[in-house]
Amino acid sequence: MWSRTRLVLCMLLAVSVILGLTGGLVLGQAFPRNETLYTGGKQWGPVSNWNPFMAGNQAMGTIGLCYETLFLYDPLTDQFIPWLAESGKWLSSTVYELKVRQGVKWSDGQPLTAADVKFTFDLGKTAALNITSLWDWLDNIVQVGDYYLEFHFKQALYQEWANNLYNIAIVPQHIWASRNATTVSTGANENPIGSGPYLFFAVDQVKMVWVRNDNWWAKTALGKSVAPKYIVDLVNTSNENSLGLVLQGQEDLNNNYLPGISTLLLGGYALHTYFPGAPYHLAANTAWLDINLQKKPMGDVNFRKALAYAINVADIVSRDYGNMVQAANATGLLPTWDKYVDQAVINSLGTSYDPVKAKQTLTAAGYKDVNGDGFVEAPDGSKIALKIIVPNGWSDWMAAIQIISSNAQAVGINVQPNYPDFNGYLDARLNGTFDLAIDNQQQISNTPWSYYHFIFYDKLADIPSTQGGNYGRYNNPTAFALVSQLDKVPTSDLAGMKAVISQIQTIQLTDLPIIPLWYNGMWAQMSTAYWTGWPSSADGDAHYLPVTWNGYWNMTSILMLCNLTAK
Amino acid sequence: MSKYFRRKLFIYVLTFFLAVTIDWLIPRFMPGNPIQVLIARANLKAESAKVVYSYYMRAFGLDVPIWNQYANFWNALFHGDFGTSLWLFPQPVIKIILRAVPYDILLLLPAILLSWFAGNKFGAFAARSKWLDNTVSPLGYVLTATPYMWLGMLLAWTFGIVLRVLPFSGAYSYALMPTLSWIFIWSLLEHWILPFVSLFMVMFGGWAIGMRNMIIYELEADYSHYLETLGAPRRLIRRYAFRNALLPQITGLALQLGVIVAGALVTEIVFSYPGIGYLILQAIQNHDYFLLQGCFLFVIIGVLLANLAIDVTYVLVDPRTRTGMQGER
Repeated sequence: MWSRTRLVLCMLLAVSVILGLTGGLVLGQAFPRNETLYTGGKQWGPVSNWNPFMAGNQAMGTIGLCYETLFLYDPLTDQFIPWLAESGKWLSSTVYELKVRQGVKWSDGQPLTAADVKFTFDLGKTAALNITSLWDWLDNIVQVGDYYLEFHFKQALYQEWANNLYNIAIVPQHIWASRNATTVSTGANENPIGSGPYLFFAVDQVKMVWVRNDNWWAKTALGKSVAPKYIVDLVNTSNENSLGLVLQGQEDLNNNYLPGISTLLLGGYALHTYFPGAPYHLAANTAWLDINLQKKPMGDVNFRKALAYAINVADIVSRDYGNMVQAANATGLLPTWDKYVDQAVINSLGTSYDPVKAKQTLTAAGYKDVNGDGFVEAPDGSKIALKIIVPNGWSDWMAAIQIISSNAQAVGINVQPNYPDFNGYLDARLNGTFDLAIDNQQQISNTPWSYYHFIFYDKLADIPSTQGGNYGRYNNPTAFALVSQLDKVPTSDLAGMKAVISQIQTIQLTDLPIIPLWYNGMWAQMSTAYWTGWPSSADGDAHYLPVTWNGYWNMTSILMLCNLTAK
Repeated sequence: MSKYFRRKLFIYVLTFFLAVTIDWLIPRFMPGNPIQVLIARANLKAESAKVVYSYYMRAFGLDVPIWNQYANFWNALFHGDFGTSLWLFPQPVIKIILRAVPYDILLLLPAILLSWFAGNKFGAFAARSKWLDNTVSPLGYVLTATPYMWLGMLLAWTFGIVLRVLPFSGAYSYALMPTLSWIFIWSLLEHWILPFVSLFMVMFGGWAIGMRNMIIYELEADYSHYLETLGAPRRLIRRYAFRNALLPQITGLALQLGVIVAGALVTEIVFSYPGIGYLILQAIQNHDYFLLQGCFLFVIIGVLLANLAIDVTYVLVDPRTRTGMQGER
């Protein structure tokens, strides 16, 4: 019996120790629900850094909530909104004038001046940053006084420059000047000091918490203030878990792809999407088919044409996506770039689903079924067996390539779906070992140049290290030259842009280096359980992008926060 | 006795060396290049990506020959440097692991110990009665064959979304930061219930079946029949059978405890529980050599320690081992 007595004694001791430890505890502080916005969809692992130069894995809102850009860009109206800059304009063909907004303060109280802006751009000269390549065509920056700058260019790339204006976040010189190049480009930058509407509050394994900066400059300068006191960004582990949180109203804004939105909207949940009906979400990027032109028979344009005729995109849109996406235009240009689409070119050269035409094109080009297995052989008699790849686990894309494969098989092209892991998929594209692959790497932006620069990326040998695009290795110096030429057209010259783009489109639709398929959405499930005033397409509602992904806060998502009201 | 442990120790050191080497080697067999993955996620401008690419290759020491990388790895390890994570760049691997491990222990230790205890008791009990054997054993089979994922999702859906009585996401409320306070501890407990129950149920089934089969086997053994013919009471025979049946279960328990730091992958994904299992999955998917190495290093150490514990425990609980060691002298 001695052991039982000892056990009781041990337990008593343990209980008293725990009580002693916790006895003096106060009630913990929780974020008040009506002042807190819960977001999710950007972060797939614990938060690792707040470095505005480390695009990709920086914490949600590092650029946008904490660090800010010179301008915002509104893709829906194609307008630049002065932000840290008061104004900017081209003085001559190679000199850009920038007036920095007065009265902006860093969160430590120091003023933000032209010196900070110049310093930020200059960092690209010494450290390996995303702005480093800017210095290939930027000559120098002249600062006159505290709020005026002139950028002198060796060669003005107007389209690209406009893109930089709303993507480069300005950092405080007084903090970053003492850092070495390595820390600048790869440091974690804990406790970030920015100019934006939110301050770093706390971080743990599963979330990042921002707290409102009540001294934000836009309050006085623009009469704007952000509504939520706290923004808690949650780490995703699975779409199922996120879906549960949204349905329960725990997460206010979720930017994951959650299938079946149409049913959920009718399911009595306090759920809101940008469009009340299909496609529910705005278009964020184009999904297209990468075709490896180095391999037979994809090098043959007639084969690519036949493939384009064979694919039933409408079927993918309705069956795979439940109409949550839209079929892409033949050029692949996003709906926000509609004005650049040359309809005449599409009418004469565009392809769309037409299996009969697909078969005719194959036959006319000499592809026929020689051995009677139901699939065509190449004109030289060699067998055709192609694989189409997407990363394993990307369920919507996996379903899409099943449809594409059966479409291709229906016209006699032997295409089989294949799902390597993400790295295998990436590697196959970078090294050009794939046959067919789905790609969507170009996000919405201020200029179709970014899209064309990607699909007509000209440094073919550099693709594995630059990931610059053109994974099918399409080689056409005329097209490459046109894309470079487009970069040099001033953004104000719409007619000039259209003229170049029309030529590019003619080449694109004639040669078909890629096949545009559908537009992936800016997946945004908004819950009206605790917050209202969400962006929507309805008249009178705010038309902002409801997305927390990198690069979207500075495309008007930040204005969404100014428009919210607690319920 | 010391000779026995000396020999064991030698084997442990050798195993450690080999296991760590394999641990280092395996991620590098994966096709693809981790820096490419890093760049792919960064969405950089092509012209800048080239500069950044060569910069990262140098920073992670991936630009030197493979044997050199291996030597650097051991060198760093002896200096207590686990490297920097690629996926969660620039966080040090050790920091990431140490932040996640407490949640694994919190979740898995009670689940393993309680299910072991309850499963063995129940299994032994079931072997004794026909009625229980006909009800509990099938239940055990069903439970142990249930995929964690499915059970977890079912629990999360029922209690979290339909009944709304228990939280199903995270280790504590998203409205809280970890502090030593009642509200936090309460929240921690509340969030722990569902993942714990799902793990407990599945593990319980496994232990119970194991024990039940083992008892039946032991009761049919020669020594049981011998005791019976000697006229020993049934209680006594069962007690001896239980003791013998427990030995393999102890090994099983120790091995489970050894891999505790590997986490419970599926449970962590379903319930968004911030343990190491999810980190390992992401490390594989992101080609994070260094995080993967670090996680598995912990697993290796855990398994070796567990084996050591088994060796010691057997000396204590199994008289046959003690006799064997005396024979060695």
